[in-house]
Amino acid sequence: MKYKRVIYKFFLYLAVILIFIWCVFPFYWAIVSSLKPDKDLFELNPSLFPRQITFENYIKVFSERPFHINIWNSIVVSGITTLFSLAIGSLAAYAIARLKFKGKIVVMSLILAVSMFPQVSILGSLFVILRKFKLINTYSGLIFPYVSMTLPLTTWILQNFFRELPKEVEESAAIDGCSRFRTLWSIVLPMSAPGLVATGLLTFISAWNEFLYALTFMQRPSKYTVPVAIALFKGASQYEIPWGQIMAAAVIVTTPLVALVLIFQKKIIAGLSAGSVKG
Amino acid sequence: MNKKEPIVAFWMIFPAIFVISVIAFFPLFKTFYDSFFDFGLNPMFKREFVGFGNYIKLFNDSRFWAAFKTTIIFTVVSVLLETVLGLLIALVVHQNFKFRGLVRAAMLIPWAIPTAISSQMWRWMFNDQFGIISKLYEALGIIKPGTPILGRPGLALWAIIQVDVWKTTPFMALLILAGLQLIPEQLYEAAKIDGANMVQRFFKITLPQIMQTIGIALIFRTLDALRVFDVVYVMTRGSVGTETLSVYNRSLLMDRAFTGRWFGYGSSLSVVIFLLISIFAIIYIKSLKLQID
Repeated sequence: MKYKRVIYKFFLYLAVILIFIWCVFPFYWAIVSSLKPDKDLFELNPSLFPRQITFENYIKVFSERPFHINIWNSIVVSGITTLFSLAIGSLAAYAIARLKFKGKIVVMSLILAVSMFPQVSILGSLFVILRKFKLINTYSGLIFPYVSMTLPLTTWILQNFFRELPKEVEESAAIDGCSRFRTLWSIVLPMSAPGLVATGLLTFISAWNEFLYALTFMQRPSKYTVPVAIALFKGASQYEIPWGQIMAAAVIVTTPLVALVLIFQKKIIAGLSAGSVKG
Repeated sequence: MNKKEPIVAFWMIFPAIFVISVIAFFPLFKTFYDSFFDFGLNPMFKREFVGFGNYIKLFNDSRFWAAFKTTIIFTVVSVLLETVLGLLIALVVHQNFKFRGLVRAAMLIPWAIPTAISSQMWRWMFNDQFGIISKLYEALGIIKPGTPILGRPGLALWAIIQVDVWKTTPFMALLILAGLQLIPEQLYEAAKIDGANMVQRFFKITLPQIMQTIGIALIFRTLDALRVFDVVYVMTRGSVGTETLSVYNRSLLMDRAFTGRWFGYGSSLSVVIFLLISIFAIIYIKSLKLQID
């Protein structure tokens, strides 16, 4: 019996270590590669640890290209998207969670259906529409599509949060003559602050990570968002890919994301499983 | 108060419906409409009604069928691997061990990194001369030294699938884990008393209890995989037999439509992709069993 226990422990820890390495290694490797000087980076037998550390790549990312502008673009677009998405989404979510009206299933299905739209199916039309309104290469031209892209998830998760709040407080507010809008603003929203933060974080991440629209609607390097900038990093010549700089840029923008995710991991998992799995 | 409720509800829902109508449903409708015309994005091309002409052309387009096949292979293989590996990983991290919280947190990292960025990280690791994964595969004898993994037909698609599996499996595992945690402990206790062994307990209790979670996650992943774009675009731009439907569609709509009459044709492909995904979307929405009052 004890013998069996040891074998179980051995395989369990082996599996756990493999899972951990599998998840973390590409990120680790990006960090290591970004810190290596070019002569160590382009070596036929790469070492697992940097022998010599240099921050050259990190400096070049900002001095040789407008990467700080790309970061700013991403922050503005994702930030405003999140605010709009939360504002519009919480209204709809509250109505779905608490109010009685006909056609609720239809409304919810419509909103959910959008989350399953293949983005590429509306890419061409959106491009033509945005071009007509001169919104190509503008923040608004990206924010509008992002709001509609994130709205389904925001609404769905928030209505789950709202449903779990105690009804009594809202009912007594209604008896005191509080309107529904007022109840939502001064009672429901403050009570669901943790839910709003988690939902906002998810919205922010999905806007921050979006690639197809950003690639198509932002066509000037100074307007690129972070994922597009990193995907299209060019070297001095066509055949020279600046891997050290790409890795440095990747580390700069993913480190805060990874940190946020680690801090909010419980909330994110709860929110996502409510959003995509729990019926 | 109850008489006013539908009116209040209308005003609360209106902004959301308005936004998705203007930015999702209207463009979708326009795509359908455009797919019946032959034209390009340059104003010198005159719009010409061709009925189902674009669709007929599409079904005779070998590049379309190649992309269709690639998309299906990508979807079936990656979703299958992600589900099986996800289930195994979920079972592992459901056990008790030291640093459990840390490992579970680390599992969110692949999901959190933007796909376009992690694809670049992997592209570097797959580099034919200096890539660490290439070195690993050479050492394991999987590839010959100096093989350009991302430049070789056949191999490149596997590399792309591998990146997708890396990104999505841990997340799938966390979703399945959430399902595992809901299984009441008493079920296992009772089974133990009845003398059921570990394998029996897995097939008789665990699997049936999380079947629904797995099913829903599976459809959701299929939807995602069918519209794959980022990872393919960044890793190969769709070269060496890795072009998927979305990648082909974007190149028609954006790269070729400015110099040729490709926009209407591209729109017909957009419609086909939409219809293909709708089938799975309907199954998905039905399986959620929307519980709304």
